[in-house]
Amino acid sequence: MASSKTITVEVDDVSYTDNVEPRLLLVQYLRERLGKTGTLIGCDTTNCGACTVHLDGVSVKSCTMFAVQADGHSVTTIEGLARDGKLAPLQQAFHQCHALQCGFCTPGMIMQSASLLAENPHPTEQEIRDGLEGNLCRCTGYQNIVAAVQAAADGTVSSNSTLSADSDETETAGVA
Amino acid sequence: MIPSAFDYSAPATVAEALGALADAGDDVKLLAGGQSLIPVMKLRLADPAMVVDLGRIGELSGVRDDGDALLIGAMTTHHQIANDPLIAEHVPLLAKAAATVADPQVRHRGTFGGALVHADPAGDMPAPVLAADATFILAGPNGERRVAAADFFRGYFTTAVDDGEILTHIRVPKYTGWGAHYEKFTRVAQQWSIVAVAAMVRVEGGTIAEARIGLTNMASTPVRAAAVEQALVGAPLTREAIATASAHAAEGTDPASDLNGDAAYRRHLAEVLTKRAVIAAAGL
Repeated sequence: MASSKTITVEVDDVSYTDNVEPRLLLVQYLRERLGKTGTLIGCDTTNCGACTVHLDGVSVKSCTMFAVQADGHSVTTIEGLARDGKLAPLQQAFHQCHALQCGFCTPGMIMQSASLLAENPHPTEQEIRDGLEGNLCRCTGYQNIVAAVQAAADGTVSSNSTLSADSDETETAGVA
Repeated sequence: MIPSAFDYSAPATVAEALGALADAGDDVKLLAGGQSLIPVMKLRLADPAMVVDLGRIGELSGVRDDGDALLIGAMTTHHQIANDPLIAEHVPLLAKAAATVADPQVRHRGTFGGALVHADPAGDMPAPVLAADATFILAGPNGERRVAAADFFRGYFTTAVDDGEILTHIRVPKYTGWGAHYEKFTRVAQQWSIVAVAAMVRVEGGTIAEARIGLTNMASTPVRAAAVEQALVGAPLTREAIATASAHAAEGTDPASDLNGDAAYRRHLAEVLTKRAVIAAAGL
């Protein structure tokens, strides 16, 4: 039996110290130990990007990292994007542009889009498509996803949606 | 999918890592970015008893100027290679190839050295490194040794790195002022190269003075398109001359046949992609 390791990881601004088996994948640690089920497991083979989180601010596929590799590092999941009960602009943009159908790819799409915009705040449409190359939407709803990232980059997103509110009131006309 | 259980060590220096390797015996794997190793472990195609993680060794990461060459740490990520200003100035071929590896998330984790030691014939970094005549610097129990790129790749997923050794740096000569292009052929996003061509050319007064061309996935290892390189030297800077030279691209290659294409198709791709790569590298 392989020995376990103690790791300390900051996840969504909270520090956690846990004993983990070295083979525990980061995505399993997030979901099963910390209860952060907002991060999804899609293909589990480094293809689909549903499990995308940020490690020290840049996007990674959490199904292709061991939790022990995150020791001493900072992880941000989809659950850490909202601030003070307000959706982040990208989340708001996905909502407003209806950038989801079944929604399974959405957490990964948003986390990768956030990493893309941090590196390139004003991407062209082609740069958005290239930047989302590692995220698959099996509903093939890419058109509105690209529109949402563009809207977030352009700052044309209203910012009045809260996490808990029934969000019908934030449906704005004329978007995408 | 959950890998087999393993013991884990995360040394802070190369010396500690060599010690951990020596202590671990035969059944050990070095973990770099993990973007190939972890999927393989999840499929249980590899189930090492011990994993030595190089991710905590700061001295293995980064690019620095080393006179007539760049010294690139093995743990430098593809993302760093694609965006490094020294590489952009002196070996832009590496940046162009790194930018085509997999997808952004994988490029944030995957490493230059890891990809080279993994030596996947369809991987994108070996051919540019071969074309650039890089030197591999290996640390081992008996000190450091250097291996030329031409001697490094031995076969499918096999390199000159021996048990107990660690690739620490890659020394890549400067090709300042050369034109460069990496032409990769795939059918879907984030796919491995079916065939790809790494080309660098030095143009002097309307003719091609020097050319270096590496082919991805045209054999069990990356190969130089030597016949094309020779045919290009002294050739006029025209599409016609480049097309004529590129017709030699498949000479001396031994491509595989698989679901993506048979050997004859790959030979055809090599010629077409070489022409495109050289035309782009020459700025035509």
